[in-house]
Amino acid sequence: MNYLSVFTKGIIKENPVFFMLLGMCPILALTSAAQNAVGMGIATMFVLTCSNIIISLLKKVIPAQVRLPCYIVIIAGFVTFVTLFLKAFIPPLYNELGIFLSLITVNCIILGRAEAFASKNNVFASALDGLGMGLGFTLALFIIGSIREILGAGTWFGIVLFQEQISPMMVFILPAGGFFTLGVVIAVINRLLKKRPHNISCDNCPVKGMCKRGE
Amino acid sequence: MEITKSLLIILITCVLTENFVLSQFLGICPFLGVSKKVSSAVGMGAVVIFVMVCATVLTYPIYFLILEPLHIEYMHNIAFILIIALFVQLTEMIMRKHFPSLNKSLGIFLPLVTTNCAILAVTILNVTSNYGFLEAVFNAFCAGLGFLLVLLIFSGVRTRMERCDIPDALRGMPITLIAASIVSLSFIGFGGMVEGIFGG
Repeated sequence: MNYLSVFTKGIIKENPVFFMLLGMCPILALTSAAQNAVGMGIATMFVLTCSNIIISLLKKVIPAQVRLPCYIVIIAGFVTFVTLFLKAFIPPLYNELGIFLSLITVNCIILGRAEAFASKNNVFASALDGLGMGLGFTLALFIIGSIREILGAGTWFGIVLFQEQISPMMVFILPAGGFFTLGVVIAVINRLLKKRPHNISCDNCPVKGMCKRGE
Repeated sequence: MEITKSLLIILITCVLTENFVLSQFLGICPFLGVSKKVSSAVGMGAVVIFVMVCATVLTYPIYFLILEPLHIEYMHNIAFILIIALFVQLTEMIMRKHFPSLNKSLGIFLPLVTTNCAILAVTILNVTSNYGFLEAVFNAFCAGLGFLLVLLIFSGVRTRMERCDIPDALRGMPITLIAASIVSLSFIGFGGMVEGIFGG
């Protein structure tokens, strides 16, 4: 196995957001400012890497029939850790991320990687996969967050870019702007990479194996 | 009277002004995944309402009777998701054994519900926003109702979109997201409704 490609594939080639269309909720909800977006990306990357390591270690112990609840409990444990850490050391970020910090637990990327990668591969590869996918997720959050903050508020990481010359387009930091920006970014990437337009199918769903629709 | 008013405010807020899907971005995956056909949208919506209400009925007492007296509120994440996962699995088993016809039409949506972030979100929001038990259960019901409404509206939009000639790069996900953005924009029109009616 080529460890380098395991690490890099999540960043661009199999980016969880742009190509696998996973983790849509935080991508839309936390990207009205670039700073929150990056904070959320790093928190998710940490949980993803840690849960990948633990699940890979326990892959022979966890019975297949109850693997979903087992994975979720492992993930929820790390999410609680991150929540308490941010509450203690970075309270402003904790307040900004709000409920979405708890909702990392049900982020499809994490469960999806546990099911598709960590439960089949060794610890080192799983850790690299978690890091790569987490970086890809952070990158996507960063891109969308930057576009929305610059267009919608006229700032970037809180730095004022346009003084009075251009008034920002408020709609971009509203929920509607989130859907729109993500749609346009995915369309641009499709165009640039000449990718086949993707269908919304069951293939990337983390619970595909447990769901009877796949049969 | 007081309670009727607060329930009405919850109803309008959850369904229209602060819709879970369109303004809080909860439950986006099923919103995009299961809104292709009207029939599956209704099925998914019904299952979500059912699980949201039952999950709140189960988690609310656990939080206030067990976690809070023991001062382990920080465990709510693990406790709640476990309860939801267990409840969903149990419901699936019961449905398969005793209501096979119901299972055939609605059971397929059940495994997807465990990873629906709107369910976990509604249980957490219910215990953190100072609701009484009745208000919490009603809030869960209304959140589910809002989800069903948006899913239904959007499945109509998508059925019409299928017949349109869409540029290659926009096909599939991008055009769906842009359509969702326009639907979301139309829901901004409901803003200020609660203050308008109740004079907040």
